Amino acid sequence: MRAEREAARVERVGAPASRESAPGTGAGDPFPLERVVDEDGLVADESRVLLAGEELLRLHRAMVLDRALDERMITLQRQGRIGFYVGAIGEEAAVLGAAAAMAPTDWIFPCYREHGAALLRGMPLAAFLCDLLGNAAAPGKGRQMPCHEAWRPARYASVSSPIGTQISHAVGAAWAARIQGEEMVPLVYFGDGATSSGEFHVGLNFAAVRHLPVIFACRNNGWAISLPTDRQTAAATVAQKAVAYGMLGVRVDGNDVVAVHAATRRARARAAAGGGPTLLDLVTYRMEGHSTSDDPRAYRAAAVVEPWRRRDPIERLRRLLLRRGLLDDAGVERVRAEVAAEIQVALAEAEARPPRPPLESLFEDVYAEPLRQQREQLAELAGAVAADPRVADPRHADA
Amino acid sequence: MAALNLLQAVNDALRTEMRRDPRVVVLGEDVGRFGGVFRATAGLQAEFGEERVVDTPLAEGGIVGAALGMALQGLRPVPEIQFADFAFPAFDQILSEVAKYRYRSGGQFACPLVIRMPYGGGIHGGHYHSQSPEAHFIHTAGLKVVVPATPRDAKGLLLAAIRDPDPVVFLEPKRVYRAARGEVPEGDEALPLGQAVVTRPGTQVTVVAWGAMWHEADRAAREAAAEGIDCEVIDLRSLQPLDLDTLVASVDRTGRLVVVHEAPRTCGFGAELVALTQERCFLRLEAPAVRVTGFDTPFPYTLENEYLPRAPRILDAIRRTVRF
Ligand SMILES: Cc1ncc(C[n+]2csc(CCOP(=O)(O)OP(=O)(O)O)c2C)c(N)n1
Ligand SMILES: [Mg+2]
Repeated sequence: MRAEREAARVERVGAPASRESAPGTGAGDPFPLERVVDEDGLVADESRVLLAGEELLRLHRAMVLDRALDERMITLQRQGRIGFYVGAIGEEAAVLGAAAAMAPTDWIFPCYREHGAALLRGMPLAAFLCDLLGNAAAPGKGRQMPCHEAWRPARYASVSSPIGTQISHAVGAAWAARIQGEEMVPLVYFGDGATSSGEFHVGLNFAAVRHLPVIFACRNNGWAISLPTDRQTAAATVAQKAVAYGMLGVRVDGNDVVAVHAATRRARARAAAGGGPTLLDLVTYRMEGHSTSDDPRAYRAAAVVEPWRRRDPIERLRRLLLRRGLLDDAGVERVRAEVAAEIQVALAEAEARPPRPPLESLFEDVYAEPLRQQREQLAELAGAVAADPRVADPRHADA
Repeated sequence: MAALNLLQAVNDALRTEMRRDPRVVVLGEDVGRFGGVFRATAGLQAEFGEERVVDTPLAEGGIVGAALGMALQGLRPVPEIQFADFAFPAFDQILSEVAKYRYRSGGQFACPLVIRMPYGGGIHGGHYHSQSPEAHFIHTAGLKVVVPATPRDAKGLLLAAIRDPDPVVFLEPKRVYRAARGEVPEGDEALPLGQAVVTRPGTQVTVVAWGAMWHEADRAAREAAAEGIDCEVIDLRSLQPLDLDTLVASVDRTGRLVVVHEAPRTCGFGAELVALTQERCFLRLEAPAVRVTGFDTPFPYTLENEYLPRAPRILDAIRRTVRF
């Protein structure tokens, strides 16, 4: 009976597409993997490279920064200097290629791995680090976990933990912009796990029914914590889910930043021209644990990650840049050193700020103005701290 | 007897009941191969197989809705919600369906299932990995709500919850998942639902708590004793049904009540407990009942220790109550 069930599993709609499959395999594949730059940094069709040298270098720097930042912050978490971290190691091309293809006034609705996009949009690194520390200078006032940033000046919406909730927010923003007559195309990121959420269904359906200009970017990284994507969905691809909603679905090599950028730019142009929403299936891989709270050894053999090391998105772009003479080895080193210094300076700046937000900040922003109970409770808490300083002593919690 | 932590006690209860009753199944996100993000279901899939310990797609409404269907068909499902904060996407299923199924069918159907969820703060979890949503569930007629504070209670009450004819929301205090250790009986004996326990007899003031905050209340009572204040501490264990007799008998003796919970104050379960006791103990009260609770804000990150009603704030309330 088990064998029958397993057999039935593979006979589902289309054979499960191998995550490693080469672009455009199988004639008549309705969702071929779009790729521009191969793993050796070679380009088969020059006409598909839409980014100028300057733009490629800028993206390279942003990806190197994203990677270096993640690595450094994971170390900081181990040292106990920040409480938690969730990074995008291996997924930088998916995050940054999509963000770079948008207009600066397009809203970004992030999941929780897209801080690279916030930085690309101009969120100061020190501000992001203050958010991680949850200190007195944190834009989010130390209320959310690390990697739950928001940056209004760049129309970068507030990260939430509950999976998928941002998807319908992007739909509403697109809807509003159309009502207002503004050309604004929101980009919303989410993971493969989120495609199971009700919000995914609701968001895609609303957008398609109203023909709204939205870009749904699925960072399809193969895992939702311990659950591999083939246990998340029985569909062979995420892209094909678009068909049932009545919208375009595109499957892209999410480790090829040039391809991600090109597909997103195309989707944006289409949306802006009234062509409706697009679902981008950015096929990539989560190289590390889900977060610093996770230990993937409990559910994932190290060997399955190995093949993805040679598909590293930064290495791939670097090979392209080297081939084109846009960068040499010394230049690569220079970029690494620059971002390391940038992180060091920003970290020093962030760690120099008072580590804890003031007591009253706890009661601000619940409403535009605190209600009576917030005012009373602040007074009560201040009194309790005055009576016994242990009320505000984090060490007491573990006594 | 074995010394277990609370997490191991939950695991022990699930394993014990799955061995005893083939109708029991576990489903949820990451519960199978991984054994749960907290490892509460560790080893269960290896023992009971993929059909009884199921890794589901990421959709809490689906998890609870499917569990309801399983219960109708005769299983005893124990769905896990990874964090109580993520029960909200399943609220329609829990509040509209699970809670009302027996009533709306005129008693023709029931849905005996146990929705397990780690709850509570103190783990640097920010808004969405820290909340204590018990009041939402208690406010919904048709659900039982159980919150163990110790490993022994976690095992005995979870066994009882799985055998109960009604749906039970089982809130696990994740802050003390590993810190709370104690002797846990081997075997499959359940503890009755709806019985509070007086964990520290005393004469001057009744301190009521549950889950992780019971540990704080107990610590505050010990500190109060050093100052010469004699507290009686009650661990409610089951919030619905509520053991009102134990509470009323205690307040009748002490004349003073301090209620502790980490959920926000407004419309928290403390409000209900205060109302119930003043209705019954009015002439015995020596001081106004006091609530020591989380504040009326979302659960914060950096200032979570200030937010939580830990022992120092409870002690302060105990002193004020006694001196009133
Ligand atoms: C509604 C909800 N349920 C459960 C969780 C716990 N959780 C956090 S991340 C995650 C997996 C998400 O996977 P995916 O959408 O693929 O994103 P990825 O982490 O791979 O980027 C889960 C189950 C949550 N945050 N929200
Ligand atoms: Mg994923």
